[in-house]
Amino acid sequence: MAMTSSGTAVVTLPTDTQILITREFDAPRHLVYRVWTTPELIKRWWAGERGEVTSAEVDLQVGGKWRYVMVANGGFEVAFHGEYIEIVPNERIVATEVFEGAPDSPAVSTFTLAETAGRTTMTLLVEHQNQADRDAHINSGMEAGMQEGMDKLEQLARSLL
Amino acid sequence: MARAATTADAFNALAEPRRRQILDLLATGELPVNDLVVLLGLAQPQVSKHLRVLRQVGLVDVRDEGRQRMYRLNGHPLKPIHDWVKQYEQLWSERLDRLDDVLAELKDAETGDADVNDKEDGADGNDE
Repeated sequence: MAMTSSGTAVVTLPTDTQILITREFDAPRHLVYRVWTTPELIKRWWAGERGEVTSAEVDLQVGGKWRYVMVANGGFEVAFHGEYIEIVPNERIVATEVFEGAPDSPAVSTFTLAETAGRTTMTLLVEHQNQADRDAHINSGMEAGMQEGMDKLEQLARSLL
Repeated sequence: MARAATTADAFNALAEPRRRQILDLLATGELPVNDLVVLLGLAQPQVSKHLRVLRQVGLVDVRDEGRQRMYRLNGHPLKPIHDWVKQYEQLWSERLDRLDDVLAELKDAETGDADVNDKEDGADGNDE
């Protein structure tokens, strides 16, 4: 039963190359950090309503690798991977991020948590190398979002074969 | 790869930061071109060039008032951009709503004896 309504995700595009996602949680930040970084827990949220996470690998150390795979409701796989660049436990993670459908366009994401009076504000800033990559990333989110029957989806599915 | 023409659609017109700045200024209300020149600190021909692009994709409307050219924002062409970002936002909303559910479980577990306590409705949490 989803009874929490502590915040709403907000996405903005601060510059031509960035995507900023913010959300507030009614919980202390060490718990948000745990849900964000623990593979069994990542599996429970990362796919949203759009499929199932089939694999979440997290080697949480500088230079360590991460990789998430989800099988979307449309039946195809969507995978992201990257490497941790900076880790401040419960506070900040900087990592590279590669959409495996577009492996030549790595981004750098900075995840930060700030806690005030038991509530935590999460920000995720994704910085791409150029605007085209940034826009493709946003499109990939839509495509992974998969309104069935969308032609784009079919294209993506084929490109992943 | 050649870039699409700046006048192809609102997306391309907005790729230029100065044009976004112009729209920000016009968001506060209609302005004569002279005011835009002053506020932007640019030469008039440059401002006129940007305004021409914005007009071609329908992001600004213009009318003459005496000798002034008055520009105002027309938000309608922005809708596809808004919708585009909204869909991506929807994915993150779903993800983070689920994350929030997992978080609520952890929170209960950590507070200990969680099952004895009533669940607060997420309202202003009274600590005992």
